[in-house]
Amino acid sequence: MCLGIPGRIMAITDPERQMAMAEVSGVRREVNVACVAGSDLSALVGQWALIHVGFAMSIIDEEEAEKTLQALRDLGEAQETLDQIAASQEALQ
Amino acid sequence: MKFASEFRDPAAARALLSAVAAKAEAIGASRANPVRIMEICGGHTHSIFRYGLDKLIHEGVEFIHGPGCPVCVLPMARVDECVEIAERPGVIFTTFGDAMRVPGHRKSLMQAKADGADIRMVYSPLDALELARRNPDRQVVFFGLGFETTTPSTALSIQQAAREGVTNFSVFCNHITVPEPIRALLDDPDMLLDGFIGPGHVSMVIGIRPYDFIARDYGKPIVVAGFEPTDLLQSALMLLTQIAEGRAQVENQYARVVPEHGNPVSLAAIADVYERRPSFEWRGLGEIDASGLRIRARYAAFDAEEKFGIGYGAASRNHPETPGCACGQVMTGKLRPTGCPQFGTGCTPDKPLGALMVSSEGACAAYWQYAGARVAAQ
Ligand code: SF4
Repeated sequence: MCLGIPGRIMAITDPERQMAMAEVSGVRREVNVACVAGSDLSALVGQWALIHVGFAMSIIDEEEAEKTLQALRDLGEAQETLDQIAASQEALQ
Repeated sequence: MKFASEFRDPAAARALLSAVAAKAEAIGASRANPVRIMEICGGHTHSIFRYGLDKLIHEGVEFIHGPGCPVCVLPMARVDECVEIAERPGVIFTTFGDAMRVPGHRKSLMQAKADGADIRMVYSPLDALELARRNPDRQVVFFGLGFETTTPSTALSIQQAAREGVTNFSVFCNHITVPEPIRALLDDPDMLLDGFIGPGHVSMVIGIRPYDFIARDYGKPIVVAGFEPTDLLQSALMLLTQIAEGRAQVENQYARVVPEHGNPVSLAAIADVYERRPSFEWRGLGEIDASGLRIRARYAAFDAEEKFGIGYGAASRNHPETPGCACGQVMTGKLRPTGCPQFGTGCTPDKPLGALMVSSEGACAAYWQYAGARVAAQ
């Protein structure tokens, strides 16, 4: 919950709600980009961000994303987050 | 410790370890008279144990594990209040999975779910909001938990619910803040800390200036750090350097993610939705002034405390903590987890007695997971 996970912003899905599709370790998940949005939302597409509980909180570069992901894998936190994303999808049903 | 395979950059880690050792020697730190560094964030605690940094670092440097795991400091009475809301008819209670196993006086959320309450683990408050949209005839409550890293997420979700008029969505707010407990620790006359490793992702939101009082008023250095092992070693080196030079400053080792003044959008959302409570209870630490947030009156429609008449302190606070549990002393660095009489006997990750055993960020669970063999050998 406290550590963010890097994800790549793939597309803006709902400009009004400031939502985007992100890819986190191969898993797609909609995230809110309000905290990293400038005036042009489309500029975010292709960028890496640290994602906390469904919110992109900081833009990072690709190398930082890779290093962070590796550290999260070592800690077991990467898989935990992916499991939580999957479980949350089920909880919506 | 398989040094070369555990560290992606073993050469950098080795160089940092010897630089730390040289500084520690220079200031005369020893096992008997160590420099005590508190890492505030539970993510740092987890990382220190995962990489065995506490054993690799010079014996004159001791890591003290701070109160920075929001699950671990959650008071039992608050868990009781969650269970009370979750057991109301028509409620869907949503929470981060981490909170499910925290013991309450009567039961944990896990037990309440097994007993039939509709409790769902979600990854994000956005999913709780989506549940509310899909179930207009139910009351969907999100258990807002965590430090400044997660606070913006509930604030932005409440703002979104307000814009859309999703009135069956509310947040049971238990957000807490990092700087205030540090002040409480520093005011403790028994406190023996020489410096702090500041939390990375919390600081990404609030910036580094909220820590100024630590250096200015208490004369202690603090270095905000990332959670990779080399980040932690480098921040330990920066702290020792400050101590050696007689400085006490706020430094930022994690500037690649942490801006000096934080994230403006997050801070604006927090300020719009939340205000400080006069005080908030921390498990093991007691009531700490201005350390918790509540939802402002203008968002009362999204405040579960208002909606269900369960304000802070509604559950009886006369229950003592579990007898024999030393969580409070462990959390203030006065006792190591292994010094607790319950450690490994009455309290294990499978059957946690205290909250420090519940989450992988809790000091006791980290000790158990990574230091079990070391401890058994002692
Ligand atoms: S071992 Fe269990 S009871 Fe003892 S301090 Fe740790 S969490 Fe608390």
